[in-house]
Amino acid sequence: MAARAIWKGVIRFDAVEVPVKLYAAVEDRNVQFRLLDEESRAPVRQRMVNPATGDEVPFTETKKGYEAERGTFVVLEDEELEELRPEPSRDIEITRFVPPAEIDHRWYERPYYLGPDAASEQGAERDYFALAEALARKDREGVARWTMRQKEYVGALRPEGDYLMLVTLRHAGEVIPASALEAPGGRALAAEEVEMAEKLLSALEDDFDPSRYQDDYRGRVLELIAAMAKGRKLAAPAAAPPKAEPESLAKALEASLAQARKGKKAPATKKAPAKKKAPATKAKKKAPSAKERSRG
Amino acid sequence: MARPRAKRRAEAAPRIDPGAARARAFWSGTLTFGLVSIPVYLYPANRRGGVSLRMLAPDGTPLARRYYSPETGEEVPFESLVRGYEIGEDGKHVLVEDEELAALAPEKSREIDLRRFVPADSIRPLYFERAYFWTPAGDSNKAYRLLARVMERTGRAGIATFVMRAKEYLIAIFAEGGILRAETLRFAGEVRTPEQIGLPEKPEVDRHTVRRFEKAIEELGAEALDPEELEDAYGKRLERLIAAKRKRGEGVVEAGEGAGAGEDADEPVDLMNVLKWSLKSAEKRR
Repeated sequence: MAARAIWKGVIRFDAVEVPVKLYAAVEDRNVQFRLLDEESRAPVRQRMVNPATGDEVPFTETKKGYEAERGTFVVLEDEELEELRPEPSRDIEITRFVPPAEIDHRWYERPYYLGPDAASEQGAERDYFALAEALARKDREGVARWTMRQKEYVGALRPEGDYLMLVTLRHAGEVIPASALEAPGGRALAAEEVEMAEKLLSALEDDFDPSRYQDDYRGRVLELIAAMAKGRKLAAPAAAPPKAEPESLAKALEASLAQARKGKKAPATKKAPAKKKAPATKAKKKAPSAKERSRG
Repeated sequence: MARPRAKRRAEAAPRIDPGAARARAFWSGTLTFGLVSIPVYLYPANRRGGVSLRMLAPDGTPLARRYYSPETGEEVPFESLVRGYEIGEDGKHVLVEDEELAALAPEKSREIDLRRFVPADSIRPLYFERAYFWTPAGDSNKAYRLLARVMERTGRAGIATFVMRAKEYLIAIFAEGGILRAETLRFAGEVRTPEQIGLPEKPEVDRHTVRRFEKAIEELGAEALDPEELEDAYGKRLERLIAAKRKRGEGVVEAGEGAGAGEDADEPVDLMNVLKWSLKSAEKRR
């Protein structure tokens, strides 16, 4: 079943015009709880009250204000706020094309798939796929600006397989860069520990396979609810016994490494851990991992 | 991307009330890597953007949000709020306590076991959701620094799942400049495919069109993102309007001492200072 487009626009840059439709690329699957009044077990509602009098203020009478100083507000009228709203437009304007690494994931907010708006003009579908191909060939991402539902967005226009994706980006001040912070310091790390940690890391090396991770917990929450609805209780899963606490970092690394080599720590679904230039490796008949190559 | 690095050394850890700073941490627990445990705090890496406005009464008094029972119209105090899940159509709910939810995944609620390390650049963009920073807790930051060092050196990200506030999260942990960052990822089931959306399959494309588009892309080519492009244009306009009204003394109201202050007051402690303090704090104790 096809999804419904949430918006239509036209990608524009230079003399290029490509009409597109926008589709949500993700869906939230949170278990939706509601807040209840403990006594009546009925859902509660919210209202805005004047804390001084306790009286409700109906929404139509409320105003918006900015707290300029503690206790001092600048009241903004609805008409004033209305005037600040962007002009409606169907344009997705591309201002520049940058190397993909320039817009990294810290800026990403929400991804959308674009699809061709085939009904809008002849050749729209071919142009759409031609643009995706051109972007992929040039290995570039477009910086896009558009106005959707009275809100201005900045986004990254990028190829995703044969298709185009538009990822909305966070605003400049919203991201705290690691470079603005100072890393924890302390005495220099022992070379031996660094080396062991690197070996341990390579023993746990793998590819990212999203299908491997399921939201098991969500299922368990729904199970719990179903059981409770029938008046039953769920047996709580047993807590894992606490791990023995090794006495030093070096000992912990050593023991972990030994475990990783034996493949003990590897979950059942995992393939054989990569054996990397381990000097005294005892395991034999495991096929060499494809990841052997990756580091030197 | 060049970022201001200036004052880095000169700046001492900001003075901060540890209680208030801890309160801003989302979660505290342990990252484990083999048998190595790293006690950590989790802090958001994103600040709330834009200019935040409060709802006011017609006379300018800041309003407070209250819960009430639609049946009786009476206010329901915060302590009497419980979490429920609707079953059936007749508005029946089952109550679910926080402890019951935490008990569903006892180990995942306090420990994040890094069992896999993947190439840091191999995660597709549409999986990323939100960023956080880890700061070292406990007495020593040595294991924290060690993990950050080797992850950065090998270009790897650690993958794990954990449970926080009644929700399971898939996360990728990255190291950058000696600091560990977490990005929550979407589960595969939350990400749609072009087929699910019903996008058409790629037809034969016209070579000339592709070439024309490539030329146009080159025309607008740039090596870097202009930080100004990420400015919040609406927020800027709003700021200008507020500044102009203040200057004219128009619409300025005194809400009076303590009127609703602290209610949904914004960011009680500056996040940046909290992070700086928290990254340093394990150092001091050793």
